[in-house]
Amino acid sequence: MTEQLIYTLRVNGTERAVRDSWIGESLLYVLRERLGLPGTKGACEQGECGSCTVFMDGEAVCSCLVMAASAVDAEIVTVEQIGDGGLSDVQQAFVNEGGVQCGFCTPGLVMAVHHLLERHPEPTDEEIKESISGNLCRCTGYGRIFEAVRTTVRSRSDAR
Amino acid sequence: MTIVNAQSVDEALEALDRRPGSLLLQGGTDTMVSVNFGRTRPEHVVSLRRVSELRGWHRENDGEVFVGAGLPYSAMENGPLATLFPALAQAARTVGSPQIRAAGSIGGNLGTCSPAGDALPVLAALEARVELRSLHATRTVPFSDFMIGPKRSVLRPNELILGVRMRPLDGFQGYAKVGVRNAMVISVASVCLAIDATARSARLALGSVGPTILRCARAEALINVEVEKSGPWHVPDDLARRAADLAADEAQPIDDHRSTAAYRRHAVRVLTRRLLDRSSREHP
Repeated sequence: MTEQLIYTLRVNGTERAVRDSWIGESLLYVLRERLGLPGTKGACEQGECGSCTVFMDGEAVCSCLVMAASAVDAEIVTVEQIGDGGLSDVQQAFVNEGGVQCGFCTPGLVMAVHHLLERHPEPTDEEIKESISGNLCRCTGYGRIFEAVRTTVRSRSDAR
Repeated sequence: MTIVNAQSVDEALEALDRRPGSLLLQGGTDTMVSVNFGRTRPEHVVSLRRVSELRGWHRENDGEVFVGAGLPYSAMENGPLATLFPALAQAARTVGSPQIRAAGSIGGNLGTCSPAGDALPVLAALEARVELRSLHATRTVPFSDFMIGPKRSVLRPNELILGVRMRPLDGFQGYAKVGVRNAMVISVASVCLAIDATARSARLALGSVGPTILRCARAEALINVEVEKSGPWHVPDDLARRAADLAADEAQPIDDHRSTAAYRRHAVRVLTRRLLDRSSREHP
Protein backbone atom coordinates (compact mmCIF):
# COMPACT_ATOMS: atom_id res chain seq x y z
CA MET A 1 0.00 0.00 0.00
CA THR A 2 1.64 3.19 -1.13
CA GLU A 3 0.17 6.64 -1.20
CA GLN A 4 0.57 8.55 -4.41
CA LEU A 5 1.47 12.12 -5.16
CA ILE A 6 -0.26 14.46 -7.54
CA TYR A 7 1.53 17.62 -8.66
CA THR A 8 2.05 19.89 -11.64
CA LEU A 9 5.27 20.63 -13.50
CA ARG A 10 5.85 23.48 -15.91
CA VAL A 11 7.64 21.86 -18.85
CA ASN A 12 8.42 23.64 -22.12
CA GLY A 13 6.00 26.39 -21.21
CA THR A 14 3.07 24.09 -20.47
CA GLU A 15 1.58 23.02 -17.14
CA ARG A 16 1.68 19.24 -17.00
CA ALA A 17 -0.14 17.22 -14.35
CA VAL A 18 1.71 14.26 -12.86
CA ARG A 19 -0.52 11.64 -11.26
CA ASP A 20 -0.01 8.37 -9.41
CA SER A 21 3.64 9.11 -8.86
CA TRP A 22 6.02 7.88 -6.18
CA ILE A 23 7.82 10.56 -4.20
CA GLY A 24 11.32 9.38 -5.12
CA GLU A 25 10.85 9.60 -8.90
CA SER A 26 13.49 11.66 -10.65
CA LEU A 27 12.61 14.40 -13.09
CA LEU A 28 14.24 12.25 -15.78
CA TYR A 29 11.82 9.38 -15.07
CA VAL A 30 8.78 11.65 -14.95
CA LEU A 31 9.69 13.41 -18.21
CA ARG A 32 10.21 10.17 -20.08
CA GLU A 33 7.74 7.77 -18.53
CA ARG A 34 4.88 9.99 -17.37
CA LEU A 35 4.93 13.02 -19.65
CA GLY A 36 5.88 11.35 -22.94
CA LEU A 37 9.06 13.34 -23.48
CA PRO A 38 11.69 10.72 -24.34
CA GLY A 39 14.19 13.16 -25.88
CA THR A 40 15.98 13.44 -22.56
CA LYS A 41 18.08 10.29 -22.21
CA GLY A 42 18.85 8.26 -19.11
CA ALA A 43 22.02 6.23 -18.76
CA CYS A 44 23.95 6.35 -15.51
CA GLU A 45 21.30 7.82 -13.18
CA GLN A 46 24.06 9.18 -10.99
CA GLY A 47 25.00 12.47 -12.60
CA GLU A 48 28.09 11.11 -14.35
CA CYS A 49 27.07 11.07 -18.01
CA GLY A 50 25.04 14.22 -18.64
CA SER A 51 22.72 12.55 -21.15
CA CYS A 52 19.73 13.68 -19.06
CA THR A 53 20.67 17.39 -19.07
CA VAL A 54 17.70 19.80 -19.02
CA PHE A 55 17.30 23.45 -18.04
CA MET A 56 15.75 24.26 -14.71
CA ASP A 57 15.17 27.98 -14.23
CA GLY A 58 17.82 28.53 -16.90
CA GLU A 59 20.50 26.32 -15.31
CA ALA A 60 21.70 23.15 -17.00
CA VAL A 61 21.18 20.31 -14.52
CA CYS A 62 21.10 16.52 -14.56
CA SER A 63 17.40 15.66 -14.47
CA CYS A 64 18.24 12.27 -12.94
CA LEU A 65 19.38 14.14 -9.81
CA VAL A 66 16.25 16.27 -9.45
CA MET A 67 13.40 14.92 -7.38
CA ALA A 68 10.51 15.65 -9.71
CA ALA A 69 8.08 16.51 -6.92
CA SER A 70 10.48 19.22 -5.74
CA ALA A 71 10.54 20.89 -9.17
CA VAL A 72 6.91 22.05 -9.03
CA ASP A 73 7.64 25.75 -9.33
CA ALA A 74 10.57 25.60 -11.73
CA GLU A 75 10.64 26.47 -15.41
CA ILE A 76 11.79 23.25 -17.08
CA VAL A 77 13.02 23.15 -20.68
CA THR A 78 13.87 19.89 -22.43
CA VAL A 79 15.56 19.11 -25.74
CA GLU A 80 12.10 18.79 -27.34
CA GLN A 81 11.69 22.56 -26.99
CA ILE A 82 15.20 23.68 -27.85
CA GLY A 83 14.64 23.82 -31.62
CA ASP A 84 11.11 25.23 -31.25
CA GLY A 85 9.61 22.56 -33.48
CA GLY A 86 12.60 22.06 -35.80
CA LEU A 87 16.32 21.71 -35.27
CA SER A 88 18.16 24.41 -33.33
CA ASP A 89 21.30 25.88 -34.86
CA VAL A 90 23.37 23.76 -32.46
CA GLN A 91 21.54 20.59 -33.47
CA GLN A 92 21.97 21.44 -37.16
CA ALA A 93 25.69 22.02 -36.60
CA PHE A 94 25.98 18.61 -34.88
CA VAL A 95 24.42 17.07 -38.01
CA ASN A 96 26.58 19.04 -40.44
CA GLU A 97 29.85 18.41 -38.63
CA GLY A 98 29.27 14.71 -37.91
CA GLY A 99 29.02 15.30 -34.17
CA VAL A 100 26.44 12.51 -33.89
CA GLN A 101 27.26 8.83 -34.09
CA CYS A 102 25.09 6.58 -31.90
CA GLY A 103 23.26 9.70 -30.79
CA PHE A 104 22.56 8.74 -27.21
CA CYS A 105 24.61 11.55 -25.68
CA THR A 106 23.47 14.12 -28.24
CA PRO A 107 20.39 15.60 -26.49
CA GLY A 108 22.39 16.23 -23.31
CA LEU A 109 25.31 17.71 -25.25
CA VAL A 110 22.96 19.95 -27.24
CA MET A 111 21.52 21.30 -23.99
CA ALA A 112 25.00 21.83 -22.51
CA VAL A 113 26.16 23.68 -25.63
CA HIS A 114 23.09 25.94 -25.72
CA HIS A 115 23.73 26.73 -22.05
CA LEU A 116 27.38 27.56 -22.83
CA LEU A 117 26.58 29.82 -25.78
CA GLU A 118 23.98 31.76 -23.80
CA ARG A 119 26.67 32.68 -21.29
CA HIS A 120 29.72 32.78 -23.54
CA PRO A 121 28.74 33.68 -27.13
CA GLU A 122 32.41 33.37 -28.17
CA PRO A 123 33.87 30.69 -25.95
CA THR A 124 37.53 29.71 -25.85
CA ASP A 125 38.44 26.07 -26.51
CA GLU A 126 38.97 25.68 -22.77
CA GLU A 127 35.49 27.01 -22.05
CA ILE A 128 34.00 24.63 -24.61
CA LYS A 129 35.79 21.66 -23.03
CA GLU A 130 34.81 22.73 -19.53
CA SER A 131 31.17 23.23 -20.52
CA ILE A 132 30.78 19.68 -21.80
CA SER A 133 33.02 18.02 -19.22
CA GLY A 134 29.89 16.56 -17.62
CA ASN A 135 28.66 14.97 -20.86
CA LEU A 136 30.14 11.64 -21.86
CA CYS A 137 30.37 10.60 -25.51
CA ARG A 138 31.89 7.19 -26.22
CA CYS A 139 31.70 7.39 -30.03
CA THR A 140 33.02 10.61 -31.46
CA GLY A 141 36.12 11.38 -29.47
CA TYR A 142 34.64 14.88 -29.10
CA GLY A 143 36.59 16.44 -32.00
CA ARG A 144 33.55 16.81 -34.26
CA ILE A 145 31.47 18.01 -31.32
CA PHE A 146 33.98 20.82 -30.68
CA GLU A 147 33.81 21.63 -34.39
CA ALA A 148 30.00 21.79 -34.21
CA VAL A 149 30.28 24.30 -31.35
CA ARG A 150 32.80 26.39 -33.26
CA THR A 151 30.69 26.48 -36.44
CA THR A 152 27.64 27.52 -34.40
CA VAL A 153 29.68 30.33 -32.88
CA ARG A 154 30.81 31.44 -36.35
CA SER A 155 27.35 31.35 -37.91
CA ARG A 156 25.81 33.24 -34.97
CA SER A 157 28.59 35.79 -35.22
CA ASP A 158 28.04 36.19 -38.98
CA ALA A 159 24.32 36.67 -38.39
CA ARG A 160 24.90 39.54 -35.97
CA MET B 1 4.40 10.06 1.82
CA THR B 2 4.75 13.85 1.88
CA ILE B 3 6.92 16.53 0.34
CA VAL B 4 7.14 20.09 1.61
CA ASN B 5 8.68 22.49 -0.90
CA ALA B 6 9.70 25.03 1.70
CA GLN B 7 9.86 28.72 0.75
CA SER B 8 11.61 29.87 3.93
CA VAL B 9 13.80 28.57 6.74
CA ASP B 10 10.88 28.84 9.16
CA GLU B 11 8.65 26.81 6.89
CA ALA B 12 11.33 24.13 6.56
CA LEU B 13 11.85 24.04 10.33
CA GLU B 14 8.13 23.71 11.02
CA ALA B 15 7.92 20.82 8.56
CA LEU B 16 10.95 19.21 10.19
CA ASP B 17 9.43 19.69 13.64
CA ARG B 18 6.22 17.97 12.53
CA ARG B 19 8.19 15.06 11.10
CA PRO B 20 11.67 14.90 12.63
CA GLY B 21 14.09 12.96 10.49
CA SER B 22 12.41 13.96 7.23
CA LEU B 23 14.80 13.73 4.30
CA LEU B 24 16.30 17.19 3.74
CA LEU B 25 16.83 17.76 0.04
CA GLN B 26 19.16 20.51 -1.15
CA GLY B 27 20.73 20.03 -4.62
CA GLY B 28 19.94 16.31 -4.75
CA THR B 29 23.29 15.36 -6.26
CA ASP B 30 24.02 12.78 -3.54
CA THR B 31 20.52 12.04 -2.31
CA MET B 32 19.01 11.24 -5.69
CA VAL B 33 21.82 8.82 -6.58
CA SER B 34 20.92 6.95 -3.44
CA VAL B 35 17.19 7.10 -4.28
CA ASN B 36 17.74 6.09 -7.92
CA PHE B 37 19.66 2.99 -6.84
CA GLY B 38 17.13 2.01 -4.19
CA ARG B 39 19.41 2.64 -1.24
CA THR B 40 17.14 5.38 0.13
CA ARG B 41 13.37 5.15 0.05
CA PRO B 42 12.17 8.57 1.13
CA GLU B 43 8.93 8.73 3.07
CA HIS B 44 8.85 12.40 4.05
CA VAL B 45 10.88 15.02 2.21
CA VAL B 46 11.56 18.67 2.97
CA SER B 47 12.98 20.31 -0.15
CA LEU B 48 15.15 23.38 0.43
CA ARG B 49 15.64 24.34 -3.21
CA ARG B 50 13.38 27.39 -3.03
CA VAL B 51 14.66 28.72 0.31
CA SER B 52 16.38 31.88 -0.93
CA GLU B 53 17.70 32.66 2.59
CA LEU B 54 20.01 29.66 2.25
CA ARG B 55 21.29 30.54 -1.23
CA GLY B 56 23.28 33.69 -0.52
CA TRP B 57 26.44 34.82 1.23
CA HIS B 58 27.38 38.05 2.99
CA ARG B 59 30.06 39.69 5.04
CA GLU B 60 29.25 40.32 8.70
CA ASN B 61 30.19 43.49 10.58
CA ASP B 62 32.97 41.66 12.42
CA GLY B 63 34.62 40.69 9.13
CA GLU B 64 33.44 37.09 9.16
CA VAL B 65 31.73 35.75 6.07
CA PHE B 66 28.53 33.74 6.17
CA VAL B 67 28.06 31.30 3.29
CA GLY B 68 24.52 29.90 3.02
CA ALA B 69 24.07 26.14 2.97
CA GLY B 70 22.30 26.24 -0.38
CA LEU B 71 24.70 28.46 -2.32
CA PRO B 72 25.62 26.35 -5.37
CA TYR B 73 29.26 25.60 -6.11
CA SER B 74 28.94 27.44 -9.42
CA ALA B 75 28.55 30.68 -7.42
CA MET B 76 31.83 30.09 -5.56
CA GLU B 77 34.08 29.49 -8.56
CA ASN B 78 34.61 33.14 -9.47
CA GLY B 79 33.82 36.62 -8.23
CA PRO B 80 34.18 38.29 -4.83
CA LEU B 81 33.63 35.14 -2.76
CA ALA B 82 36.41 33.41 -4.71
CA THR B 83 38.70 36.35 -3.91
CA LEU B 84 37.91 36.08 -0.20
CA PHE B 85 38.41 32.30 -0.10
CA PRO B 86 40.59 31.13 -3.00
CA ALA B 87 40.76 27.58 -1.64
CA LEU B 88 36.97 27.35 -1.59
CA ALA B 89 36.88 28.51 -5.22
CA GLN B 90 39.51 25.95 -6.22
CA ALA B 91 37.63 23.17 -4.43
CA ALA B 92 34.34 24.30 -6.02
CA ARG B 93 35.90 24.05 -9.50
CA THR B 94 36.85 20.42 -8.87
CA VAL B 95 33.31 19.34 -7.94
CA GLY B 96 31.67 17.08 -10.53
CA SER B 97 30.64 18.81 -13.75
CA PRO B 98 28.97 22.16 -14.51
CA GLN B 99 25.59 20.43 -14.10
CA ILE B 100 26.58 19.12 -10.65
CA ARG B 101 28.08 22.45 -9.58
CA ALA B 102 24.84 24.24 -10.50
CA ALA B 103 23.04 22.06 -7.94
CA GLY B 104 25.57 20.97 -5.30
CA SER B 105 26.22 23.06 -2.20
CA ILE B 106 28.18 23.27 1.05
CA GLY B 107 24.99 22.36 2.93
CA GLY B 108 24.75 19.18 0.90
CA ASN B 109 28.44 18.37 1.49
CA LEU B 110 27.89 18.86 5.24
CA GLY B 111 24.61 16.93 5.28
CA THR B 112 26.12 13.96 3.43
CA CYS B 113 29.33 14.35 5.43
CA SER B 114 31.44 12.11 3.24
CA PRO B 115 35.21 12.31 3.83
CA ALA B 116 35.41 12.88 0.05
CA GLY B 117 33.25 16.03 0.14
CA ASP B 118 35.33 18.59 -1.73
CA ALA B 119 34.39 21.62 0.38
CA LEU B 120 35.09 19.91 3.68
CA PRO B 121 38.92 20.11 3.81
CA VAL B 122 38.53 23.82 3.04
CA LEU B 123 36.10 24.26 5.93
CA ALA B 124 38.56 22.43 8.19
CA ALA B 125 41.55 24.53 7.12
CA LEU B 126 39.61 27.79 7.38
CA GLU B 127 38.26 26.70 10.79
CA ALA B 128 34.70 27.28 9.67
CA ARG B 129 31.85 27.16 12.14
CA VAL B 130 28.64 25.45 11.11
CA GLU B 131 25.38 27.18 12.00
CA LEU B 132 22.51 24.83 12.86
CA ARG B 133 18.95 25.77 13.67
CA SER B 134 15.93 23.96 15.03
CA LEU B 135 12.51 25.48 15.60
CA HIS B 136 13.56 26.43 19.11
CA ALA B 137 17.31 27.05 19.08
CA THR B 138 20.30 28.04 16.99
CA ARG B 139 23.77 26.64 17.70
CA THR B 140 27.15 27.06 16.12
CA VAL B 141 29.55 24.12 15.98
CA PRO B 142 33.18 24.23 14.82
CA PHE B 143 33.51 22.07 11.70
CA SER B 144 36.07 19.91 13.52
CA ASP B 145 33.32 18.97 16.02
CA PHE B 146 30.55 18.73 13.44
CA MET B 147 31.89 15.75 11.49
CA ILE B 148 32.32 12.68 13.70
CA GLY B 149 32.76 9.88 11.18
CA PRO B 150 32.18 8.80 7.60
CA LYS B 151 28.69 10.16 6.76
CA ARG B 152 28.16 10.95 10.44
CA SER B 153 27.71 14.37 12.03
CA VAL B 154 26.23 15.93 15.15
CA LEU B 155 23.26 17.25 13.15
CA ARG B 156 20.04 16.41 15.03
CA PRO B 157 16.89 15.10 13.32
CA ASN B 158 15.05 18.39 13.89
CA GLU B 159 17.92 20.63 12.79
CA LEU B 160 18.68 22.42 9.56
CA ILE B 161 22.15 23.47 8.37
CA LEU B 162 21.91 27.22 7.76
CA GLY B 163 25.45 27.72 6.53
CA VAL B 164 29.03 28.28 7.64
CA ARG B 165 30.92 31.22 9.08
CA MET B 166 34.57 31.75 8.17
CA ARG B 167 37.16 34.47 8.63
CA PRO B 168 39.16 35.43 5.53
CA LEU B 169 42.93 34.96 5.85
CA ASP B 170 45.65 37.10 4.31
CA GLY B 171 48.01 34.44 2.98
CA PHE B 172 48.18 31.80 0.26
CA GLN B 173 45.33 29.30 -0.08
CA GLY B 174 45.27 26.21 -2.20
CA TYR B 175 43.25 23.05 -2.72
CA ALA B 176 44.64 20.05 -4.56
CA LYS B 177 42.94 16.79 -5.36
CA VAL B 178 43.76 13.48 -6.96
CA GLY B 179 41.15 11.37 -8.74
CA VAL B 180 41.08 8.89 -11.58
CA ARG B 181 40.76 11.67 -14.14
CA ASN B 182 40.61 15.44 -14.28
CA ALA B 183 36.91 16.21 -14.59
CA MET B 184 33.82 14.76 -13.02
CA VAL B 185 35.56 12.79 -10.32
CA ILE B 186 35.24 11.96 -6.64
CA SER B 187 38.50 12.58 -4.83
CA VAL B 188 40.88 9.78 -3.95
CA ALA B 189 42.88 12.17 -1.78
CA SER B 190 42.65 15.92 -1.30
CA VAL B 191 44.65 18.53 0.59
CA CYS B 192 43.83 22.10 1.57
CA LEU B 193 46.53 24.53 2.67
CA ALA B 194 45.64 27.96 4.10
CA ILE B 195 48.29 30.39 5.30
CA ASP B 196 47.69 33.01 7.97
CA ALA B 197 50.48 35.37 6.88
CA THR B 198 50.10 37.72 9.85
CA ALA B 199 50.36 34.90 12.38
CA ARG B 200 53.01 33.15 10.21
CA SER B 201 51.10 29.90 10.50
CA ALA B 202 49.90 27.20 8.13
CA ARG B 203 46.74 25.16 8.31
CA LEU B 204 46.67 21.83 6.54
CA ALA B 205 43.62 19.60 6.13
CA LEU B 206 43.22 16.25 4.35
CA GLY B 207 40.16 14.73 2.66
CA SER B 208 39.37 11.14 1.59
CA VAL B 209 42.20 9.73 3.71
CA GLY B 210 40.46 9.12 7.03
CA PRO B 211 37.07 8.64 8.67
CA THR B 212 36.72 12.41 8.96
CA ILE B 213 38.58 15.37 7.49
CA LEU B 214 41.98 15.39 9.22
CA ARG B 215 43.99 18.41 10.37
CA CYS B 216 47.74 17.75 10.30
CA ALA B 217 48.80 19.00 13.73
CA ARG B 218 52.39 17.75 13.48
CA ALA B 219 53.03 19.03 9.96
CA GLU B 220 51.52 22.39 10.87
CA ALA B 221 53.63 22.64 14.04
CA LEU B 222 56.82 21.89 12.12
CA ILE B 223 56.08 24.58 9.53
CA ASN B 224 55.04 27.14 12.13
CA VAL B 225 58.23 26.65 14.16
CA GLU B 226 60.68 26.60 11.25
CA VAL B 227 59.25 29.03 8.70
CA GLU B 228 61.01 32.43 8.42
CA LYS B 229 59.47 34.88 10.86
CA SER B 230 59.95 37.91 8.60
CA GLY B 231 59.99 38.73 4.92
CA PRO B 232 57.67 37.18 2.34
CA TRP B 233 56.17 33.80 3.27
CA HIS B 234 58.64 31.15 2.15
CA VAL B 235 58.80 27.42 2.83
CA PRO B 236 62.25 26.10 1.87
CA ASP B 237 62.39 22.83 -0.11
CA ASP B 238 63.74 20.84 2.78
CA LEU B 239 61.02 22.06 5.16
CA ALA B 240 58.31 21.39 2.55
CA ARG B 241 59.61 17.84 2.11
CA ARG B 242 59.69 17.10 5.84
CA ALA B 243 56.23 18.63 6.39
CA ALA B 244 54.83 16.57 3.51
CA ASP B 245 56.31 13.42 5.06
CA LEU B 246 54.61 14.27 8.34
CA ALA B 247 51.27 14.96 6.62
CA ALA B 248 51.50 11.59 4.86
CA ASP B 249 52.18 10.02 8.23
CA GLU B 250 49.18 11.76 9.76
CA ALA B 251 46.82 10.47 7.04
CA GLN B 252 44.68 7.46 8.01
CA PRO B 253 43.83 6.03 4.59
CA ILE B 254 42.16 2.72 3.82
CA ASP B 255 41.90 0.47 0.77
CA ASP B 256 38.50 0.78 -0.88
CA HIS B 257 36.82 0.70 -4.30
CA ARG B 258 38.39 4.05 -5.26
CA SER B 259 42.02 3.48 -4.35
CA THR B 260 44.51 1.90 -1.99
CA ALA B 261 45.80 3.18 1.32
CA ALA B 262 49.38 3.20 0.05
CA TYR B 263 48.53 5.28 -3.03
CA ARG B 264 46.50 7.71 -0.96
CA ARG B 265 49.33 8.23 1.51
CA HIS B 266 51.71 8.88 -1.38
CA ALA B 267 49.21 11.32 -2.91
CA VAL B 268 48.99 13.26 0.36
CA ARG B 269 52.78 13.61 0.39
CA VAL B 270 52.91 14.85 -3.20
CA LEU B 271 49.95 17.23 -2.92
CA THR B 272 51.15 18.72 0.37
CA ARG B 273 54.58 19.40 -1.01
CA ARG B 274 53.10 20.87 -4.19
CA LEU B 275 50.88 23.25 -2.20
CA LEU B 276 53.72 24.30 0.11
CA ASP B 277 55.89 25.03 -2.93
CA ARG B 278 53.10 27.09 -4.46
CA SER B 279 52.66 29.00 -1.19
CA SER B 280 56.26 30.25 -1.53
CA ARG B 281 55.80 31.37 -5.13
CA GLU B 282 52.26 32.76 -5.16
CA HIS B 283 51.52 35.60 -2.80
CA PRO B 284 48.02 37.05 -2.72
